[in-house]
Amino acid sequence: MSAPPSATGELERTVDHAAAAARFVADDAKAHWHDQALWWVRKKRDAASAAVPDWEALRDAAAGLKAHTLSRLGDYLDEFARNAEARGAHVHFARDAAEHNAIVHGILQERGITRLVKSKSMLTEECHLNPYLEARGVTVTDTDLGERIVQLRHEPPSHIVLPAIHLKKEEIGELFHRELGTAEGASDPKVLTEAARQHLRQRFLEAEAGLTGVNFAIAETGGVVVCTNEGNADMGSTLPRVHIACMGVEKLVPRREDLAVFLRLLARSATGQPVTTYTTHFHGPRPDGELHIVVVDNGRSRQLADPVFRRSLSCIRCGACMNTCPVFRRSGGYSYGYIVPGPIGSILGPARDPAGHRTLPFASSLCGSCSDVCPVRIDLHHELWAWRKELVKRGLLPWRKRAAMKLAGAVLRFAWLYRLAGWVARRLVPALPRRLAYGRWNAWGRQRELPPMPRQTFRQLYRSHRDRS
Amino acid sequence: MTAREEMLAAMRRNAPRETPRPDLARLGVKFADPAAKFAESLQGVGGTCLRVPDLAVAGRAVAELPVRQAAKKVVSLVPEVEPGNLDLAAVKAPRELEGLDLTVLRGELAVAENGAVWVDAQLLPHRAIFVIAEHLVLVVDAAGVVNDLHEAYARLAGRPAAYGLFISGPSKTADIEQALVIGAQGARSCTVLLVG
Repeated sequence: MSAPPSATGELERTVDHAAAAARFVADDAKAHWHDQALWWVRKKRDAASAAVPDWEALRDAAAGLKAHTLSRLGDYLDEFARNAEARGAHVHFARDAAEHNAIVHGILQERGITRLVKSKSMLTEECHLNPYLEARGVTVTDTDLGERIVQLRHEPPSHIVLPAIHLKKEEIGELFHRELGTAEGASDPKVLTEAARQHLRQRFLEAEAGLTGVNFAIAETGGVVVCTNEGNADMGSTLPRVHIACMGVEKLVPRREDLAVFLRLLARSATGQPVTTYTTHFHGPRPDGELHIVVVDNGRSRQLADPVFRRSLSCIRCGACMNTCPVFRRSGGYSYGYIVPGPIGSILGPARDPAGHRTLPFASSLCGSCSDVCPVRIDLHHELWAWRKELVKRGLLPWRKRAAMKLAGAVLRFAWLYRLAGWVARRLVPALPRRLAYGRWNAWGRQRELPPMPRQTFRQLYRSHRDRS
Repeated sequence: MTAREEMLAAMRRNAPRETPRPDLARLGVKFADPAAKFAESLQGVGGTCLRVPDLAVAGRAVAELPVRQAAKKVVSLVPEVEPGNLDLAAVKAPRELEGLDLTVLRGELAVAENGAVWVDAQLLPHRAIFVIAEHLVLVVDAAGVVNDLHEAYARLAGRPAAYGLFISGPSKTADIEQALVIGAQGARSCTVLLVG
C-alpha cells in the first residue's frame, strides 16, 4: 500500500475507493472492530466537547481566526519569517514537495548527518520525505509509537492521529517480536510500549538531528508550536543539536493568544483529552544548536484562490471527521489511497489530483456528521458534494455512473416515462432469474437484496387514501 | 524570484477579501475553585496534585515521594524544595542525561481547565531534562493557577516569547488498540506541588 518513492511527492495513481473498501470489509470481524474502535474515540470527543461551556463560541472563533488568517496569509507568513529569523531560526521556503525534500536533505548533508529521528508530521508524509532520505543514505526513525509501528511494517499511517488504528495488538506483538525482540506471543500494550520506549531511546540518543511537524506557527512572535502526548517531539528536539521543523503555510496563527482557542479545541476533538501532554513552543534554537523551519506551499496557495475549497485549508488535522464518518469507520484509512484519509482527505486529495482521486468525494454518505464535529467549522459535506459536481463538469465520472445518471435524469424528467418504468419494473423484476437481476449492472444489489416489488404504486396508494378522506 | 518572494506573491494574489479578526474577549470558563479544578484535571490525565502551605512542607512532601526515595540521579532547579544530586554544570552533552531518575522544576502557571503547567524552559541548562527524566515534579505557586488557556496566554503576554511548554501529566500513548499506557517516551509520572 505504500506510496511510490518520488522526489516530487505527487501521488500519481488512480484510487478506486470502493474496490479498496471491499478488500477491507472482506474481513468482517476486523471491519466491525475498526468501526467500534473509532466510534469509541468519537464518543470521548463528544464527552470532552460537552464539558466545555463555550464550545460553540470556540468553534466560531476558530473558524473566524482561520478565515482572517487565510485572507492575509502572505502578510502573516512574511511577519512570521522575519520574527523567526530575528530569534535565530533559519527559515527556508519550499514551493513544492521536491524543494522541501531537497532542503531537508541539504541541511543534513552539509553537516554530514545520517541519523534522523522524526516526530509525527503529515506534511513529510505528503512530500514522501522518508523514502527520499533513505535513498540518500539517511536512517530515518519515526518516533511516534503508532508511526513507528507502521514504519516497521513498511506502511503509511492509516489515520492522521491514530496511525496504527487498523492493527490489533496481536499483530503488533508479532511485529515487535520480529523487529525488537520482544517475547513471542507478548501482546500486552504495556509491555509493547515499554519495548518501544527502550528501542526509541537508543535512537534518540544516537540521532544527530530531529525533525518535527508544526501544529501552529505564530506570526507575532516567530515561534512554532508542537503538540504530542508521548513527548517524542521533545526528545527529538532536545537531544540532537539540529532541529528541523516542517510546516505547511496554513499552520499560521496571527498572535500567541490565538493559540488558546485552537489548543482548547484540538486534543478534545482528536482524542477527547483536555489538551495534549506536551505543548511545546519553540522560539529560536537552543544556545549551542540550530533551528531550521521549512515552510511549504505545495499547492496550498493555489487552493487559496478557490472560493469553495479554500476553507479546507483551515483544517487543524484533529481527525474528528474520520472518527465520526460512517464510511471511514467501515472502509479503513487505506481505502482512500491518500495521505490524509476520510472526509477532509477526500477534499484535499482531489484538489491535488482530481483524476487520481475522483472516487473519494463519493466515499461519503453526505450525512453531515463530519461538518458537525469539525472544530473549525469546515463545511465538509458541502465541499464533498461540490467536488462531485466539479468531477461531473470535468468529465471524470466513470461511464457507468454517467450513463446511470443520464438515464435517471431522463426518467425523472417525464412523469409518463417514470410511471412506465415503474410499471415495467414491478412486472419484470420478480420474473427475472436471479442471475440476471443481480448481474454486474446492479451495484446496489451486491450487498443487499432488492425489496419485494409492491403491488400498488405510491401514486395509487395516495389516490385511494385521498378518495377515502 | 526566490521561492520566498514567489510564495508570498502567490498568497497575496490568491487571497480572498480580508475578513476581520474575531474578538476573543468573551471566550473562557470560570471555576468556583480553580485550584481544586486543576487537581481534578491533572488527576484525569494521569498526574497527581499535592497542595502544600509553603516550600518547607513542599520539600518534606517531595522527600516522601516513592519516586524520590527510589531515585539515584536527581536534577533539581528548585533547591529550596529538593537539593538534587546531579551537577548539571558537569554534563556536557544532553545524551549524558540518560538514566536520570527525577527532575524537579518550577512551573509558572497551572491551568485549571486542562491540568497543564507552563514551564519556561529557555534557561534550563539542558532542555532535555524535563523529558528525559523517568519522573517529573513541578513546583507551582498557588497564585499561578488560572482558569483556562486564555488567561494563561494573557499572563504570558507581558513576557518575551521563549522556549517553553505546557506539560499536562505524564507522557502517554494509546497507539496500541487505544489502550492508554502511561510512560511512552517522556516522564512516567508527573507530580505537581501547589504551594500556598
